[in-house]
Amino acid sequence: MDPRLKGIELKMKDVGRIIPVVSGKGGVGKSLISTTTALLLSEKGHRVGLLDLDFHGASDHLILGVKPREIPGEDKGVIPPLVHRVKFMSIVYYTQNHPLPMRGSEISDALIEIMAITRWDTLDFLIIDMPPGLGEQLLDLLRFIPRGEFLVVTTPSPLSLNVVGKLLSLLKEGNKRIVGLIENMSNDKNKGYTKHPYEKMQVSYIGEISMDDNIDNAIGNVKKILSTKFTRELREIIEKIEISEARPQ
Amino acid sequence: MHEWALADGIIATALDYAKKNGANEIEEVVVVLGELQDIEREIVEFALTEMKKGTNAKNAKFIFEVEKAKFRCRNCGYEWGLESSKNLNKEIRENIHFVPEVVHSFLTCPACGSRDFEVVSGRGLYIREMKVK
Repeated sequence: MDPRLKGIELKMKDVGRIIPVVSGKGGVGKSLISTTTALLLSEKGHRVGLLDLDFHGASDHLILGVKPREIPGEDKGVIPPLVHRVKFMSIVYYTQNHPLPMRGSEISDALIEIMAITRWDTLDFLIIDMPPGLGEQLLDLLRFIPRGEFLVVTTPSPLSLNVVGKLLSLLKEGNKRIVGLIENMSNDKNKGYTKHPYEKMQVSYIGEISMDDNIDNAIGNVKKILSTKFTRELREIIEKIEISEARPQ
Repeated sequence: MHEWALADGIIATALDYAKKNGANEIEEVVVVLGELQDIEREIVEFALTEMKKGTNAKNAKFIFEVEKAKFRCRNCGYEWGLESSKNLNKEIRENIHFVPEVVHSFLTCPACGSRDFEVVSGRGLYIREMKVK
């Protein structure tokens, strides 16, 4: 018997809304949207946690400008360090920036371990940055966090739309909550392109974010990130998430 | 101490198991401690003693067994244990203590150098057996 599974339940009991940021496709901006969403919600006075579950491509710490030199402190569990008023947890605290090659069951074990030992205490929002694909992390979250409200990110590219369609089908089949669909990296020619393909699936389209050519210059500097065009546009979307408690779809 | 978080899980799992099986009392729980995770048994034991008070596990005996860590390379099939993994300093052991899978960041197969190896046994903590009535 694995006592960690009960441990996850206990650690999540005082966490309010849990929002995994998913896509299916890589390179669509999940990490930036996850991290900035956490910062914006915190700016509004909410108690916020950010969990980076993209073990192979962890990058939220780079966006936040965190250099994980020391492992987080402990007090009857691991205390996620406070970064710009967001409780931030990532596997990078434990890898010393070395590569971390893992296969299926090892990924699940790492996920279960982190979720079972991290003491979020009381949170209004826990934002989870998910890796691309329909693999272990997604399947484990569907299993262990049934009340997750999925925030789906796509770009207007047909390559992204196809994969995101499959992810949405999977979530709908499982009767999972979808807080909404965001179109990222839009330009004048394709803006709003993703608004219609999923209408039949009754997925709520909650807005688009334009391609921001300057966003890379802000990585690692939270003050700069919060003043980008990207963040201005995301802020409007976050307000919709904040006021709408997602219902099963 | 994150041992408390693990002890929390043990108690909750034992109580849940007893409840689901219509038992009113937990008599014995066998807890396996994987060598790789290097859990401090005394802290888990102390935490369990505190946590079991006033529950159906109040008279439960907790038995601990240590399981040796064994690795098997998926690339060449070589098998080895922690005793031949000399480059694991205190800091690395502490990282592994929290998330045993990060062993893949620090160990390579002594025979072929691959990081693609399996932790065959002794990974972490689990409940092997329970007696309830």
